[in-house]
Amino acid sequence: MKVDTGDTTWLLISTALVMLMTPGLALFYGGMVRRKNVLATIMQSFIALGVISIQWVLYGYSLAFGPDIGGVIGNLDWIGLRGVGLDPHPDYSPTVPHQAFMIFQMMFAVITPALITGAFAERFKFKTYLVFLILWATFVYDPLAHWVWGVGGWIKELGALDFAGGLVVHISSGVAALAASLTVGRRKGYGDEAMPPHNLTMTLLGAALLWFGWFGFNGGSAIASGSLATSAFVVTHVSTASAALSWMMAEWMHRGNPTVLGAASGAVAGLVAITPASGFVGPLSAIVIGGVAGLLCYLAVNLKTKLKYDDSLDVVGVHGMGGTWGALATGLLASKAINSAGTDGLFFGNPSLLAIQALTVVAAWVYSFGVTYLILKILDWTMGLRVSEDHEINGLDLSQHGESGYSF
Amino acid sequence: MKKIEAIIKPFKLDEVKNALTQIGVQGMTVTEVKGFGRQKGHTEVYRGSEYKIDFIPKTKIDLIVHDEMAPQVIEALERAARTGKIGDGKIFVSPVEEVLRIRTGERGKDAI
Repeated sequence: MKVDTGDTTWLLISTALVMLMTPGLALFYGGMVRRKNVLATIMQSFIALGVISIQWVLYGYSLAFGPDIGGVIGNLDWIGLRGVGLDPHPDYSPTVPHQAFMIFQMMFAVITPALITGAFAERFKFKTYLVFLILWATFVYDPLAHWVWGVGGWIKELGALDFAGGLVVHISSGVAALAASLTVGRRKGYGDEAMPPHNLTMTLLGAALLWFGWFGFNGGSAIASGSLATSAFVVTHVSTASAALSWMMAEWMHRGNPTVLGAASGAVAGLVAITPASGFVGPLSAIVIGGVAGLLCYLAVNLKTKLKYDDSLDVVGVHGMGGTWGALATGLLASKAINSAGTDGLFFGNPSLLAIQALTVVAAWVYSFGVTYLILKILDWTMGLRVSEDHEINGLDLSQHGESGYSF
Repeated sequence: MKKIEAIIKPFKLDEVKNALTQIGVQGMTVTEVKGFGRQKGHTEVYRGSEYKIDFIPKTKIDLIVHDEMAPQVIEALERAARTGKIGDGKIFVSPVEEVLRIRTGERGKDAI
């Protein structure tokens, strides 16, 4: 196997693009919380870059992609990246150095737990969060990544299609967010006090960085440069545009205003939904996937208000719902004409893919919810999940970090 | 000496300032405040959550003037700040006990 410099360039650039999505997420979330919590919110995303990067190198990558044990987890052959060198890997990266694949995947492992933080924004203890990051990565992300993308992983063996992380990243974090909202509980004053976003300009900047970085998230998942990367790039963009419009329209008709937050949220919903499908569908399918995602996620977010659980930044409504729709849409719209290494979906004559997608969606839901719930219950019992009431009132920036976001 | 406090619509500040300086007012202090009277607020919606915003941004002007000047100042202020629409604001007049200029130590009317 020879290293292809074009493929390697694209993968390394994609890695950097996906890395940028984590601070992008930090800003997206940061603008939506109250001023007194802006730094703490940003920090939860930012610090994942520190914690998960090291965990990945030490053993996370091995668990996720290492030699298979029972279809369920990788072994520790690649502990400390032993054996993960600069030669291509026949299964994962036939034309790029193995380490390039490893570090590309690292960025996915970093951003996924950061997504969950939206659910417990403005009330979670930082110390407990650091431990949560390590436990969640080890017991939820790494196994799930192995099932879906690892050689021998049972979901991969079943033939489920997840090009860039509908199951592994979005459903896992969306469902974990549900478990988190339920275990952490509502913010003090939720429902009575006004808690509008303190800086939507920051949120929009974050959304734009996410859109930009997602070209690497999906485009890079081709693990090669060329036609598949191009196809994934194109449908990513189209789905996002479609979803931004559909959320905006839905809100305009329902509530009378086309909001900026709505357009940004719609865009993110479109990005989420296209993620599993991005290597298997064409542009017209992408318009459908995005359009439906914008509407479905808009409805999901409004439903949350009725159900009264405090998923502060709508991780369940956007990532859980968007990821689920995307995974199922893949079962409907995948086409071997786009990617011959894939499978045809229902609308191309093959109903069995949809059934497989549905089964694996349920498995991801159950596993992520169950294990996340358990982890949080144990952490609540040993370390406590929430800050004290006084700390919550004064804001996490001061109480957890001794800092102020703004000093004017 | 009188203290004149006026709560006005923010966009009227320049007009009011010009009207006052034209009749001889030499200084004022301005603060950004929030408040409501009979003017209702508005509703903002963020991702399905409605927020009633009751407090409306206003500008507060504080002036200290000689007793003799007070009536002209009030009249000029009122005229400049009025739009005729709800939310124009209010003017409060109160007596001032003492005024001191920090740089020179002057007191009373000379310090205004």
